[in-house]
Amino acid sequence: MGDEDSKATAMISILHSLWRVLRHTFDRRVTVQYPEERRVMAPRTRGRIVLTLDPDGGERCVGCYLCAAACPVDCIALQATEDETGRRSAEWFRINFSRCIFCGYCEEACPTYAIQLTPDIELGEYHRPNLVYEKEHLLISGPGKYPGYNYYHVAGLSIGGKDKGEAAAERPPVDVRTLLP
Amino acid sequence: MRVKITVDGKSYEVEQGDNLLRACLSNGLDLPYFCWHPILGSVGSCRQCAVKSYQDDDDTEGKIVMACMESSNEGCRISIDDPEAKRFRAQIIEWLMINHPHDCAVCDEGGECHLQDMTVMTGHDSRRYRFTKSTHRNQDLGPFINHEMNRCITCYRCVRYYRDYAGGKDLDAFGVHDRMYFGRQEDGTLESPFSGNLVEVCPTGVFTDKTFKQHYTRKWDLQSTPSVCVHCSLGCNTILGERYGGLRRVLNRYNADVNGYLICDRGRFGYGFVNSDQRISEAGVRIADGCTLESIDSDVAVRRFTSLIKNKESLIGIGSPRASLEANFALRQLVGKENFYSGASAQEFELVATVVDAMRNGSTQTPSLRQIESADAVLLLGEDPTASAPLLSLALRQSTRQQSILEAAKAGIPMWQDAAVRGLAQDSHGPLFIATPAATALDDIASETVRAAPDDVARLGLAVAHELDPKAPRVVKLGARLKLAKRIAAALLAAEQPLVVAGTASGSKAVIQAAAAVATALGVARAKAAAPWLFLTLPECNSMGLALLNAKPLAEIKQQPKGRGGSVIVLENNLYRRAKAEQVDALLDGKTLVVLDHVQHPTVDRARLVLPAATFAETSGTLVNNEGRAQEFHTAVMPTGAIRPSHGWLLSGLTACRPDEKHALSLEDLRAACAAEFPELASTWLSDESPTLRYAKEKVPRASFRASGRTAMHANVSVHEPTPPEDPDSALAFSMEGFRDPDAQLIPSYWAPGWNSVQALSKFQFEVGGPMRGGKPGVRLIQPCKDAPPSYPDEIPAAFAAREGEWLLLPLSRVFGGEELSSMDPAIQVRTSQAQLLLHEDDGLSLGLSEGDIVEIQSEVGSFSLPVAMRKNVCRGVAMLPLDTPGVGFLQLPLYASIRRVSG
Ligand code: SF4
Ligand code: SF4
Ligand code: SF4
Ligand code: SF4
Ligand code: FES
Repeated sequence: MGDEDSKATAMISILHSLWRVLRHTFDRRVTVQYPEERRVMAPRTRGRIVLTLDPDGGERCVGCYLCAAACPVDCIALQATEDETGRRSAEWFRINFSRCIFCGYCEEACPTYAIQLTPDIELGEYHRPNLVYEKEHLLISGPGKYPGYNYYHVAGLSIGGKDKGEAAAERPPVDVRTLLP
Repeated sequence: MRVKITVDGKSYEVEQGDNLLRACLSNGLDLPYFCWHPILGSVGSCRQCAVKSYQDDDDTEGKIVMACMESSNEGCRISIDDPEAKRFRAQIIEWLMINHPHDCAVCDEGGECHLQDMTVMTGHDSRRYRFTKSTHRNQDLGPFINHEMNRCITCYRCVRYYRDYAGGKDLDAFGVHDRMYFGRQEDGTLESPFSGNLVEVCPTGVFTDKTFKQHYTRKWDLQSTPSVCVHCSLGCNTILGERYGGLRRVLNRYNADVNGYLICDRGRFGYGFVNSDQRISEAGVRIADGCTLESIDSDVAVRRFTSLIKNKESLIGIGSPRASLEANFALRQLVGKENFYSGASAQEFELVATVVDAMRNGSTQTPSLRQIESADAVLLLGEDPTASAPLLSLALRQSTRQQSILEAAKAGIPMWQDAAVRGLAQDSHGPLFIATPAATALDDIASETVRAAPDDVARLGLAVAHELDPKAPRVVKLGARLKLAKRIAAALLAAEQPLVVAGTASGSKAVIQAAAAVATALGVARAKAAAPWLFLTLPECNSMGLALLNAKPLAEIKQQPKGRGGSVIVLENNLYRRAKAEQVDALLDGKTLVVLDHVQHPTVDRARLVLPAATFAETSGTLVNNEGRAQEFHTAVMPTGAIRPSHGWLLSGLTACRPDEKHALSLEDLRAACAAEFPELASTWLSDESPTLRYAKEKVPRASFRASGRTAMHANVSVHEPTPPEDPDSALAFSMEGFRDPDAQLIPSYWAPGWNSVQALSKFQFEVGGPMRGGKPGVRLIQPCKDAPPSYPDEIPAAFAAREGEWLLLPLSRVFGGEELSSMDPAIQVRTSQAQLLLHEDDGLSLGLSEGDIVEIQSEVGSFSLPVAMRKNVCRGVAMLPLDTPGVGFLQLPLYASIRRVSG
């Protein structure tokens, strides 16, 4: 290709770009006038973390520490406890959102669907301590994204209102003393 | 003999005749297993350790065998990776998991579960079984152990440990196929004082630590620190787990020479005093009214302390057998050696001195606790070790199997063939001869037992000595016991490695001397054979250390120039447990009392100045156990607020009041000064952990690399993460950073890739069950005097004769409630039975008593009342009084007392 040719190509390319930019003047605007206007976030957007309740209204979190272990920035801390019926839960639960990178590993690690990331991404604060959320700030009043699941209905532990043998796919407790084969 | 075996084409050196599973694990190979355990041997019941075994080099087919049931022989060729063997193992796990509950998230075993590890190792990751699961009801097993039966995989380890190994009776296997149940016949506390080991022996979450549950933390979140148990004189090694500044649990820490894989329940569950709200947390000074203690801050406390210790001449320092060697030595530095007194009671002081004398000047060898398991004839004199030194009892129990193990070996059955060896032995045990005033927990396996008062026990011992060596004094008027003495002598003489056990819990110097005499005479009779063993227990965790510092007995304080003024500094000690109240009062009268301690007690209540001291969990130090083994413990929890290690308080006082002299400033300096003054102790701190080397290397992290919550734990206080505390006294760091060297001496917890449970331990041993690759088994400070001429006590105690209307009160040790610190633990308190006066049934009847009656016990030192317990298995004419009985106060036993019924 000659020198002239390449100059012409360059020129065409530039003009083409100019034309495309100009054309955008007549496009529909995509910029949202935040905060007056807000976009609808996809339900799986990874934003502010919540702790959910199971369908029966009990706290889902059983205090297993898996979210804390999965968290790459170690911003979850909690203490497990047990009520008199044997139901385990978090005595306290803290997320330091000023460290959270919203990776969602905690949600993936959670065996009970308790911890969930929500589409709320408005976590701006002037004061870092305001980003430290305790259990009362994290708990919401419903099951979040996973409506049906109740961990205690599949676990073998007996808790108040669910005896041994009453979980999914369980037989009643064995009678050790029977002589039948 | 070492032989070569081939595993997956690679050649390994293993011990001939060892089972292949242990051989593989010893060589660092990963092979899943369940029913096998290093101390329990093989039974081949779980079928998890399947490998392919080939007949010879031409065999391409091979056959599946259970590695734990096959011996290693020269040239044997196996494959772990063989696809068929792998499939077999995956299948076994899948079957085990059929009924397994969906519990990991709420299971205390999670994260340190052998079943989880093995499941991951075999690759079983999704459930194909679509039918229902069987379920089980749990039992309430008391304050120590939580029961969740659904999680059982029927490996039988629990009953094999609890019944076969530890001699427990109240745990068993019930039912058949998927109704198998491991528990008690009915709900109730597990009676064995070794039940806590179920937590570590059970490979699943069926048996877990109930005290840990109350402040549950995953293993990966605990900061673990190597430590030494402070609840008896044996010095078992432990791992302390810390989180949020609290001591969360105690686990066994393997020491091949001391406690091996086990600890007792007192050591495992007795830690509550560290977290107790009864702790002394602030320095205090007693104000004018003499009652109220006013809190003062640390600097003021040091100033006060300094002003009180200015005048060295009028100082008295009282050490403690439960404080570290360093703390005791610091006190000695502060008050001067002429003013340093032992904090032990007069009797304890004498008994400990007798023990030290026997160990140092006798020719007999003191075995390590672990060696005791291989003694094949035992004479136990004067006390029940189950209560005074619990793990010794467990070791003695194993020793009674030794003869049958040797017999089995002759028949070609290796020791690890557990069922076969036990089958061959049937119920035969021993020889184990027990001579004590009351029944012991080892009576069920004793060849012969005799109930006798301490003097008669000593006489029996001396008679045995005389049978063995005619030069030993002859005991006359022994009656029927002469024949017994002859039988004992014959059994000890016939053994390969005889052992004599006694201790200070008998409260009798004569018994200790008699035990030493038997061992000495045995040495003479056996001439060239291996030196016989003599094992003597002591009262407290550092009784030996205190004795080695040459403290003067408390009684000598009287000789101090009389007169008012001067200060008494009491180190971690309640004097009212050591002497009669009047004596203590007389001693403290007119003096200013300074007490350094961590728990409240009557001596603290009298103190003018109280300095809050760190517990064993909050500082580093050294304890010397009953065999003279110095072992270091380390800070597990950083002391908070005003709390400081005792040696820290003492050193600040020392530097402040004598600023122109050169003083130790740190634990290291203190150790150097101590080693310079007591060359015998110098070897304690000589190792490649010595200060210079220690700081050149990277520190060993206490936290696991998976520790969580670093940026949230304290975020409620401040969003700026605090820097981890510095620990200048050890090579451990409060951090997850550092070098996790499996050969390090200070391995704080066991973990290896794929091995999250305690079973990862085998990765840290030279060979399974052998010494640790890096672990430091402690340093033996006392060596026997090999060529000491045999010496025997000159005096033979007179035979005990029951008195009319009077009973000889004797001390009775109790495993729970008989030791000062563990008695403060809430769980231990639940296990502590009410103190009762133990009498022979006929003695009781002669007093017109029936079980449970309240009696008044009256002696020249006062009277008190207790309910009475009447048993057949007690020496006539004596009454056994539990040590540390609330409301009784200090009593120097033995003592004659009259007993009178007060009410029914
Ligand atoms: S989203 Fe990621 S960074 Fe945030 S808490 Fe969960 S695991 Fe931690
Ligand atoms: S993983 Fe889920 S159940 Fe477990 S502690 Fe976290 S939120 Fe609770
Ligand atoms: S025993 Fe192990 S596998 Fe079973 S629920 Fe507990 S942690 Fe999970
Ligand atoms: S309770 Fe534990 S040790 Fe006992 S058989 Fe079941 S899984 Fe094995
Ligand atoms: S470990 Fe070999 S069969 Fe259980």
